[in-house]
Amino acid sequence: MSGRVSLAVGIGILTLLALLPLAGSRYAIDLATQVLIYCLFALSLNVLIGYAGNVSFGHAAYFAIGGYACAILLTTYNWTLALALPAAVVLSGVMAAVIGYFCVRLTQIYFAMLTLAFAMLVWGVAFKWREVTGGDDGLTGIKVPTLLGNATSYYYFTLVMVASGVALLWLICHSAFGLMLVAVRENAVRAGFVGVETRRLRWVAFIVAGTFAGLAGALFGMYHRGMYIENAFWTESAQVLIMVLLGGMYSFFGPLIGATVLYLLQVATNQFTQYWPTVLGLILLVILMFLPDGLAGLAARFRRAGGRN
Amino acid sequence: MTLTVFALNALYGLALAMNMFVIASGLNLIFGVLRVINFAHGVFYMFGAYLIYTVTKLWGFSFPVGVLAAGLGLAIIAFFIERLLLRRLYGQEHLMQLLFTFAIVLLMSDAAKMLWGTDQYTVGYPPAFTGAVNLGFVVFPQYLLFLCVVGPIIAIAMWLLVDRTRWGRVVRAATQDREMLAALGVNVQMVYSAVFVLGSALAGIGGALAAPRLALTPGMDATIINECFIIVIIGGLGHLWGSFLGALAFGFVVQFGTVWVPNWQDVLPYLLMLTVLLIRPWGLLGRPEAGR
Repeated sequence: MSGRVSLAVGIGILTLLALLPLAGSRYAIDLATQVLIYCLFALSLNVLIGYAGNVSFGHAAYFAIGGYACAILLTTYNWTLALALPAAVVLSGVMAAVIGYFCVRLTQIYFAMLTLAFAMLVWGVAFKWREVTGGDDGLTGIKVPTLLGNATSYYYFTLVMVASGVALLWLICHSAFGLMLVAVRENAVRAGFVGVETRRLRWVAFIVAGTFAGLAGALFGMYHRGMYIENAFWTESAQVLIMVLLGGMYSFFGPLIGATVLYLLQVATNQFTQYWPTVLGLILLVILMFLPDGLAGLAARFRRAGGRN
Repeated sequence: MTLTVFALNALYGLALAMNMFVIASGLNLIFGVLRVINFAHGVFYMFGAYLIYTVTKLWGFSFPVGVLAAGLGLAIIAFFIERLLLRRLYGQEHLMQLLFTFAIVLLMSDAAKMLWGTDQYTVGYPPAFTGAVNLGFVVFPQYLLFLCVVGPIIAIAMWLLVDRTRWGRVVRAATQDREMLAALGVNVQMVYSAVFVLGSALAGIGGALAAPRLALTPGMDATIINECFIIVIIGGLGHLWGSFLGALAFGFVVQFGTVWVPNWQDVLPYLLMLTVLLIRPWGLLGRPEAGR
């Protein structure tokens, strides 16, 4: 898609989303809020995977850090949202900077395992630090400003936050920085030869990814009025990875499609059976065996096939 | 802490370590040869534990038969997984293989829920090892002592197999250069199959051996896989004695952590792993890998 077309499509979708509450369905609003949050989460991960070519298996950590930090600041310390949300996002970024500093020293499979290990450490701390995080009971009763108390206003808040996040990520990914990331992904050695500091670049990508995941986590916690240790567990990291993969990691908007499809599928499946993991496992097998470049790749293949006729 | 208490804790740590080694060595073998990080190893372990429950408790067979059944059962499952699915992904990126094994986790943990439900089961110590042994300085459960012996036996058996047999030489060659080995007329696919089956069988046996010490619950696969990763990473990926060392470090850290910093013992292995990774990213006994 050229820049102008995607901008037009983006504005179109944004308008539709802004008009959604007029449909008057509380269920649709709830669903859309969660889809938006997962979209931002998946998109943040794709900076690392699709652009920098680093597969993080512990992205839920930053989601959880953002969520817990925002929840704790709002509830335990009674901060206002205007302070708590930025602080939580910055904290996620700082934690990503610290953890990423170590992770980017390794590459490929070792990088994946190290991110996983750090994420499990975050999970362990959330689990055991009962006084602060509530342990395995979770942190419930998060105080959200009354202004955002009802579903529609929170939906609009989420929409503005996620749309700004997506716009920022678009700018980042399409800047010179984003192009250099792709260069590193394609051939790190050559990128190094032309003077790109690959490790520092991957580090910055790690921080960007962690920061936006933190924003998604904060939105998630406030929406559910609670954070739970499951949000930091490695299966959560795997789920968001599958969202990226399903959508297509070599396309900017792919993860948005992946997150939407996968989340809606999960909601639909849960109405019929408790065996969502089986369905997810089968979806994953189909992607791996038949759709390695995701739904976005499938669409591109169709377009190419159509163009030839 | 008196010397007796210290020795007792050391023995408990050793028993845990040796049980973990049996499980982790399978993961390590698979990684070493196939370069696949098998997330499904934890769920294989859980199946092993459930299988021994079914075979010994429900069908009334003896404990050794249960252990064999667990190993054999997992070998069969692994054979089909490798033959039908995993084999198609060898040429692909690591991410694809990783996610494939995760798909297996999702499918098999649900299958376990369908087959065994969500109840909690116990297996109990085998009749031959229900008592305790007086070691002179401490009294220690027989079964845990048995675990302390099984670990080294399996370690030595694997070392003999990989380092001292013709088949082991072929396996080691497969880790070095797959194409060259195939050009020399070795059926590399078969080697891969065998390694995956053997590694998975070890997960099943490890699960069966762990069953008497634990309560069997549906979530038991989720944490074990991380613990196995820790052990294998500490020791050096693909290095047999490294895993042995990693398992020992893990067992002692967890056991003494329980005593000295109760409630935080589960976090300590992660800290241990991070420390090792920062100093020697390739693990204690591993070697840095060039260009991988």
